[in-house]
Parts: sequence; structure tokens; C-alpha cells
Amino acid sequence: MPWLTKKTTGYFQYVPPVFITLLLLVGQLNFGILDSYVNVIAAVIAAMITEILLSRILLGKWKNLSSAYISGISVGILIRSTMIWPYIITAILSIMSKYILRYKGKHLWNPSNFGVSWMLFMASLDVAGLSTQWGSNLFSLTVIWILGLVIVFKAKRLHVTLTYVVSFVILAYVRSIIVDDTFLAEIAPLTGPMYQLFIFFMLTDPPTSVSTKKGRMLVVILIALVGFILRLNNYIYAPFYALFLVGPIAKFIDMRMQANKTVDKSIAQNLPNA
Amino acid sequence: MLIGVALRSRKKPLYQVDIKQKELSLKNYGFYLEPINTEADINFKHLSPQLDAKLKNIEAQIASMGASVSIVDYDKDGWDDIYFTNSRTGSQNALYHNMHNGKFENVASKMGIADVNKKGSGVSMGAVWGDYDNDGYQDLLLYKWGKPELFHNINGKGFVNVTTGSGLPQWVNANSAIWFDFNNDGLLDLFIGGYYNEKFDLSHVTTTKVMPKSLRYANNGGRNYLLENEGNGKFKDVTKAEGLNSTKWTLAVAASDFNGDGYPDLFIANDYNVNELYINHKGEKFTEIGSKSGIGKIPKSGMSVSFGDIVNKGILGIYNTTITESGILMQSNNYWQPETQQKGNLYPKFKNLAQLAEIDNAGWSYGSQFGDLNNDGYMDLYVANGYISAKKETSYWYDYSKISSGNSSIIEDAANWPDMKGKSQSGYEQNKIWLNKGHFLFEDVSSKVCPHTTLDGRAVAMADLFNNGSLDVIVANQNNIPLVYKNMLQNANHWIEFDLQGTLSNADAVGAKVIVDWNGEKQIQVITGGIGFSSQNQHRLHFGLGKSDKVDQVSIFWPSGQMTTIDNPKIDKLNIVKENK
Repeated sequence: MPWLTKKTTGYFQYVPPVFITLLLLVGQLNFGILDSYVNVIAAVIAAMITEILLSRILLGKWKNLSSAYISGISVGILIRSTMIWPYIITAILSIMSKYILRYKGKHLWNPSNFGVSWMLFMASLDVAGLSTQWGSNLFSLTVIWILGLVIVFKAKRLHVTLTYVVSFVILAYVRSIIVDDTFLAEIAPLTGPMYQLFIFFMLTDPPTSVSTKKGRMLVVILIALVGFILRLNNYIYAPFYALFLVGPIAKFIDMRMQANKTVDKSIAQNLPNA
Repeated sequence: MLIGVALRSRKKPLYQVDIKQKELSLKNYGFYLEPINTEADINFKHLSPQLDAKLKNIEAQIASMGASVSIVDYDKDGWDDIYFTNSRTGSQNALYHNMHNGKFENVASKMGIADVNKKGSGVSMGAVWGDYDNDGYQDLLLYKWGKPELFHNINGKGFVNVTTGSGLPQWVNANSAIWFDFNNDGLLDLFIGGYYNEKFDLSHVTTTKVMPKSLRYANNGGRNYLLENEGNGKFKDVTKAEGLNSTKWTLAVAASDFNGDGYPDLFIANDYNVNELYINHKGEKFTEIGSKSGIGKIPKSGMSVSFGDIVNKGILGIYNTTITESGILMQSNNYWQPETQQKGNLYPKFKNLAQLAEIDNAGWSYGSQFGDLNNDGYMDLYVANGYISAKKETSYWYDYSKISSGNSSIIEDAANWPDMKGKSQSGYEQNKIWLNKGHFLFEDVSSKVCPHTTLDGRAVAMADLFNNGSLDVIVANQNNIPLVYKNMLQNANHWIEFDLQGTLSNADAVGAKVIVDWNGEKQIQVITGGIGFSSQNQHRLHFGLGKSDKVDQVSIFWPSGQMTTIDNPKIDKLNIVKENK
């Protein structure tokens, strides 16, 4: 979740890593969400080492490691495997995507979304996603939602989260009619930790989201729509795949549009009568 | 119509012996497990429970248990018999009497323990045999989704239902029960594990809120029962007094002394939550140390529990099956080995070595049993797999995933669960057979040592059915025929068996530990009154000895505290050992 570390000083320098660490610790101590601490530690270390190496080799500078730390923890929470290597590979893939899959010097995929989606799709024999509740009770659900909403509000991304939630709920209703399952069954995933992490962290990532508020709202509606189609085709990890597919395309188009605007502006400024 | 009959008769058989595979198995592994249902006249077929119409959308899921198998020599003729339970109202359980000639005869009706699934009394989920009155004959405890029933064995000639007035609970939705003597008073006590809450009769429900509140942290299952044998045919509910207050969804239980204090401790495998380990304080109180011991830290779907010493160090490990479905749910099975020497360590710690031994990934596992299938001196492992084999090429997993991440109020209501519409879920899985090569090395020989089958395996039991020194395997399959595998052992390996008879201890010697020392190997086994998932092995203990033609010493630790040592016992035979008075 690099957006939370965009500012390297003050509030956002410390809050996001602390928040996700707290989330992890509370989840682990209360509900044992992790199968092993070793896995998450391996993911964090792999993410940090990859970040150090690639930033030195490709960019020639030292980077703040908060982003890698958060990516590592996200990987540790979001995937499940009986072996340790998938955690390491997913973390490495996540960070590598930031440095290799770039357009005009910016990365297109949310790092952990890239790593997690790739592994869930390509290594399904050894990897699964987080799919069960943390406690399944209203209290833990409320706490996570309140904290998540506060964080996205502070980061000025509340509109992204809310637009997605509203879209998901509407489409869940449509899906319930199509597949003839109860509305509650269709909406149930939204109450689970996989979606909570997705809507509070992945969706709202500024480096990989588009530049305008309306654009961001449109993009998450599209993500919800693609997720809806994937769900109709029984893809369990539909939200990850939807963001994986829609996010980079939207970012690419946005960057092209921004570039055109800049060109138009500079042309206009250079016109004799301007 | 004739064409229809012809087509039906050409239906693919459930198993087919491949002669080449058999020869190769005998050559490479020295044994082959051959289904002998037809030859043995075993034609039992399990039928799943039928539920209230309100639960029809997920009936296949809820009614996915009840196929059980238990081994008993009910008439003391020296040949093990087999008891299968059935789970549909009006269906009959079967007691297959061993005719000593490779054939079995269903005598359940004659003996009075067939017609036990009557309307209003619930349906059978499993059975365990134990001589609760120490008269030398094993009696039957039938546990159900319904009223548990106790049948007294009248000298192997028939059974009398003695439930009334015995103190057994009115209704338990039980999928597990064991006989064990928790206070070492020489009388077998009972533990019955509740799965669905006992307030529900699943064939007539008034609410659909019967499901777990979480698939990882549920505490709204049935209560457990510890019933103390008072010695007069009566059992006293001492559950609360003994500290066994859990209402997790118990699927399996097994007892053995893990801390060396002489009293049997309890390992409880829970679905939808962590497993529990209850340390027994001299029969006066149990303390739950699941988390502290290591076995209860991570919530998984605990499906069964079995014991085995896989490295011949005289250390009894605990194998606990769970669920693994690639790409969706990676729980992996556990083999918990005590970290430290048990003696003097009141609260033992355990380490999970299943991954190291590569016996962790089996599928949607239910029952499991250890036993030396090739008599090479190492305990092998059999695991039954497969949840719901319905329409082929379909899967309920996506639907399941929707609900599994939901809030408790959504999950607990069966009405919210997507209709299964005949879909499979982790269906058509093959059972696993891992051959122990020693030093934590296991070889997966599942598709090499028996015909390929994909029935929904539930309970597994091992027994030397033909008194020939080899362990046969019996698997009860849900909503289908059981598979009785005769072990076609063809190697020169030696073996030894022990049948213990308690005098100061309970007559079945349940809880007794036997350690066999031979050729630098030291293997421990324990007599249990039910182990695995809805199953019970033969009463006698079977040890393979490999090429060794001598046993150095046998040490028997009786529940009474007595110890018997036998030097150089005769091998390749059953040794009957009676406890000294």
C-alpha cells in the first residue's frame, strides 16, 4: 500500500506501517490468522531485500522501505500455502512489478495485487487466498471497518472505497437474481477480511490509481463490474483479478490523457497569440 | 427396457483389480490391498441421513457423515468381526460375523443390533465397542445424530438394549465417541463428542440457524459428554466437573497418556476451530492445553485423530487430518510429535512434522489409521479422502467461498447457503496410502498398491481379519459400499501380535501401552477404545518386525500402573497376555 507512505514525513510516514502491523498482531493474537509467523517474516524480508536491490540497481538510490514492509505483510496475510517459498516469491514478484512493469517511469500495477493475483492464478496447486473470516463476529468487523474508513478518509480516498462498496452491493443484488442465491450469500464476501484489505488498501493506492476523482470513481465501478462478471464465472479471487485487469489499463489511459493535456497546454502556451 | 437393463448392468464397477498392478505391487512393495466384498459376502451399503426440507439446499453437505466401521470379536472366537453403521431412518446396521473361511455373515438382525435407526431415535453415526462391565465380552455404544444407545453383549450370543436408566444423554448429534478409563478405576468410561448442537433434530428443525457461526472460530457446536462408569450399568455425566466444557464442533477424539503420569489424556479434533488437548489430572480434572502444547494454535478443520510411532523411537505421535483443496484451502494434515521426553513433563509440547515426512497433503481427509501394512517394522499410514462426489465436473467450492468469508449471522443460517444443486465438492478423491520407509521418509503408493477408487471415504479401520499376520484395511464410504481390503502380503517379513486382557485394569486393557524392542528398533502402540474418524481398530496390537527373527523385549504398561516385561516372546504369532492380579 504505497499510498500510505507517499509522504515520507509526519503522519503518513508512521501510521500505515504501524496500522497494518497492529492489524496483523491483533488478528494473529485474537484469531490466529496466520498459519505461521515465519511465512510473513519471510515475505517481509524478501520484499525489503528486493526493494533495496532493485532501487539501487535500477534507480541508483536508496528507497524508504515502508512500502516494501507493507507489501510483505499484505502478502503474508493474503495468501495461504503449506510451504514457505510462495510467500517469498509473491513478495519478490510484487516488488519487481514496481520496477519492471513501468510506463513513463511509473508503475501500473498495485504491487501486492500483482504478486498475489499472479500466484493465485499461476500457482494454484500450492497457493490459496485468504478466504475465511477473522472471528466472524460483528465487533471485529466493526473495528476493522471503522479503522479502515478513518485511514482512507485521512488519505482522501473515501470516495473510492464508498463507490466500490455501493457498486458491489448493487451488483451483488443483480447476481443474486441471476444465480438464484440469496442476497446475503452474494454480499457475504464483502464482510470478510479479503475484501476489507482489498477495499481499504489495494483499491485506494494513489500511485496506481488515476488522477481525477471522477476517474477514480469510474475505475472502481469498472473493477466492480469486471469482478461481477468473474464471479458469475465462479472465480473465487474475482476482486484481485478485476483490479489486476482494469487498474493498469485505466492508469495507462490516464497517463496518456495527462500527457496529451500537457502537450496541448504547452502548444497553447507557445502559440503566438496565447 | 431391456436396453436400459443392459446399460445399467454395464455400469462401470466401483473397483477393478488390475492384475499387472497387483503383480507389480507385490514385487515392489511386498503387499497388495485387494477388495474382497463379493468374495466375503459383504454387501452392505451405507445410506446418508435425510434432513428436514428446510435444509435441503445443502443436505448433501450436512448429511455427509455416518459411514462408520468398527472391529470387534463380539463372540470371542478369536476372529475379528466387522460392524458398519447406516444413517437413514429405517435403514439397518450390519454386523459381519467372521466365518473363518474368508466369508462373513451379517448377523446384526439376529443379534439385535440391526434395526437401530428407527424414526424418532435418530440415525447412526458410529459405534465403539468396550467391555463396560468387565464380563469378558465387548458391549456396544452406538452414537447417533439422536439418542446414544448402549447394548449389552450377552456372552456373544445376542445384545440387549440397556440404554434406559443408564444415564446416557437424551440426544447428541455425535460423530465421535470412545471408551476409555479416565480415572483408572478399572471401569471403562465414555466420551461422546457433539457436532451439531444437541438442541437440533436435523430431520425436524424449526430453524435453519444450525450451521457454525464461523468456519474457523465456531463455538456453537454440540456439547461434549464425559460419562463416568459407576459400575452398575449406570453412567454419570461428569463433563462440567471434569472441566470439559467446550462446545466446539467435535469430529474425532482419541485418548492416550501423553505426559507419562499414567492417566489418559484427550485429543479432540474440532471442525471449524482449533483442536484441543486435555491433560488429565489423575482422573479428577482436565486442563485444556491445546495452544500451550502447540497443537491448538492454528484453527483448521480437525477431521480425525490417530496415533503412530513413525520413527521407532518409542514416541507416540498424533496424526490429525484436515482439508486441503489446491488453490482454495491449504490446511494440510498434521503429525504432532512430542518435543520433549514425556516423563515428568505435565504439559508436553508438540511439533508438527507432517510436512517433513511429506504426509501433510491428502485432500479433503476424514479417517486415518497407522499400521504396518508390509510388516517391514515401520508404521504406514492410510487416509480416507473425498467429501461429496455428486455431478462430475462440477464444484461447489466457489459457492462455499462466498459464504465462508461471511459474517457469523450470515454463515450460521443454512438458508443463506447457496443451493448445492447436485454439485460435487472435493469429490472423486483417491484415498492416500503412505508407505513408511523410516527416518521420516514416506512414499505415496496410493495408486500402486490397490485398485483405483474414488468413493467418499470416511472411517478407516485396520485388523488382521484372517489371522495370518497381515493387517487388512476396511474403509466405510459415505452413501456407498464399504471396501474391505484383504492384504495380500507376500514377503518374508516377520510380525508379532498382542492381545491384552486386563484384570486390575479394565478388561479390555484400553489405555495400555506396549513397547516392542527388536534389532535396535523400539516401537510403541496403545490400545484404544475407538480412534480415527468414527472407527475402531482391532483390539489386538500388530507389530511388523521386518527381517528380524527375534524380539528382544516387550514392555507392557497397564492402566492400573502395573508393568509386564516379556523377554524374547514368540514371533509370527498372536500372544495373549493377561495382567497379573
